[in-house]
Amino acid sequence: LNLILSMAQLALTSCNLFDSSADRVTVHFINRDGERLTATAKEGESLLEVVVNQNLSIDGFGACEGTLACSTCHLIFEEDVFQKLDAITDEELDMLDLAYGLTDTSRLGCQVCVKKAMDGLTVQVPAEVADMRRELEVGKQSK
Amino acid sequence: MFSSFRFNWLLSTAALAPQICVVGSGPAGFYTAQHLLKHHRLARVDIYEKLPVPFGLVRFGVAPDHPEVKNVINTFTQTAHSDRCAYYGNVTIGKDVMVKELQRAYHAVVLSYGAEDNRILGIPGENLSGVYSARAFVGWYNGLPENRDLKPDLSSETAVVLGQGNVALDVARVLLSPLDILRKTDITEGSLAAIACSKVKRVWLVGRRGPLQVAFTIKELREMINLPGTRPLLDPADFTGLGDVIKDIPRPRKRLTELMIKSAREKPGEKEAALWASATKEWGLKFQRSPLEVLPATDGKQARGIRMAVTRLEGSGESARAVPTGEVEELECGLILSSIGYRSLPLDSSIPFDPKLGIIPNSLGRVQGAPGLYCSGWVKRGPTGVIITTMNDSFDTAQSVLEDLQTGVLNLSNSKEGFKSVRSILHSRGVHPVTFSDWEKIDAAEVARGKLAGKPREKIVDPQEMLQLISH
Repeated sequence: LNLILSMAQLALTSCNLFDSSADRVTVHFINRDGERLTATAKEGESLLEVVVNQNLSIDGFGACEGTLACSTCHLIFEEDVFQKLDAITDEELDMLDLAYGLTDTSRLGCQVCVKKAMDGLTVQVPAEVADMRRELEVGKQSK
Repeated sequence: MFSSFRFNWLLSTAALAPQICVVGSGPAGFYTAQHLLKHHRLARVDIYEKLPVPFGLVRFGVAPDHPEVKNVINTFTQTAHSDRCAYYGNVTIGKDVMVKELQRAYHAVVLSYGAEDNRILGIPGENLSGVYSARAFVGWYNGLPENRDLKPDLSSETAVVLGQGNVALDVARVLLSPLDILRKTDITEGSLAAIACSKVKRVWLVGRRGPLQVAFTIKELREMINLPGTRPLLDPADFTGLGDVIKDIPRPRKRLTELMIKSAREKPGEKEAALWASATKEWGLKFQRSPLEVLPATDGKQARGIRMAVTRLEGSGESARAVPTGEVEELECGLILSSIGYRSLPLDSSIPFDPKLGIIPNSLGRVQGAPGLYCSGWVKRGPTGVIITTMNDSFDTAQSVLEDLQTGVLNLSNSKEGFKSVRSILHSRGVHPVTFSDWEKIDAAEVARGKLAGKPREKIVDPQEMLQLISH
């Protein structure tokens, strides 16, 4: 599946060599298992829309479909990028407060819109609390 | 991680397709199924549900005025449409087919049947008329068939909700919401009519402990504070000195407490003051009150009030304990809703069950002492948390199943028939499963009826009517 995705992206990029690439932004999502998923986003798309539109394989992402009724699109940003994001609203904070693995540079993907200056952005999909316990268990088993 | 499995797959035929069944079609059932189907190329997952209709608490628990939370139904529908997934409604495990029979038919059985009961108060007067569990009240306004004849008595001015979680806020909000808001939701026609005649003007949410122990979350509290036509009754004295206490606590609890303090102590802004001045209904929080007895009216049958012990707190934070001071207080009310927690029940005598904790004993979703048996959701963890909590938990259980498939703990060389053998068992017992496309007919009928009334759907509350609709 990753091979198909990256071939599609290559095709898209080569198309854009001849078009204006002004509205195309590359975003990298580091998935829970450490795999890097790269997507080409349109300026103005929310990061949730990027995941959905590019069919990225992130389990359970965006359960409430961008309506600020869950925290499953929780993403962790690099400090310098985080500082430059648009101000967070009370409504987003209310839901973010319920997220697993909350950090000081956490935001909800459905509320962050892609901008040209974010080209090459890397965000981390947070590991869930339960995940960490499971990793410990598997480590104990012989493979 | 699954490379050895893929090698096997290339060599063999579909004889290695795991047959898995999930008991319960709420978020736990569907998220477990979803994860299994996504991370295993061959697995077949059958989801069983005792009602004709799927989705569990997403349909019957989430409040009518919270439609966005129900968006998960879309991803569940996608899962149900997978060609390796089948939904079988109107099948009661433990009655129509036993768990042992499922274990003979499937390589793995996942129990995701949630919590259909509630904790009881255990106080005198609990069974008087006018006292209901919040669970039954929520089931009533959400069209859960077993609660459709609840006929709650809404004739008194004051209602008391025991408990300070999100369910307590939900029932308070439904009792006090302007009808104009409620009538555009999927609240049932019958309950809307009853609420339209309701005399309830004041709802107290009563908790045994203090403001720092409230179980509701900030979004729901904010919604209550801003509820049109209502004013909050918060006693500033309850929040004295809290500002200092919360300075260094984690942000979620801090913001929640700050919002309560602000609403209790600060002068409202102009707009708020005007709204509250014209409010005809009110709601409030009472802390450090533990229910002792529901007091009967002179006829001896009807609740007229509640006697409560005044408590003090020992310890702090989440582990603070409420200890009676000896003082007692009475509150006049004709409607009491106990919102002190849901509770799971044992499904089938063959399944291990811990009656004290109300869960199936398990380790990472593997039922203890029962190979091939798993659990996810509230029956695994206890009845708390929102959909994301259950989602993560279900993915966890699915991961345990996947690991056991990979390591051979679940032996795929024993071929299993899956639904084929269950179908003949059900047929011999006169049970007709409802398929997902049957549900879609019921769904379409509900949406069509709702459209006539300006609602997203008009829920059918009679299972017989549902079955007739699909000509069963």
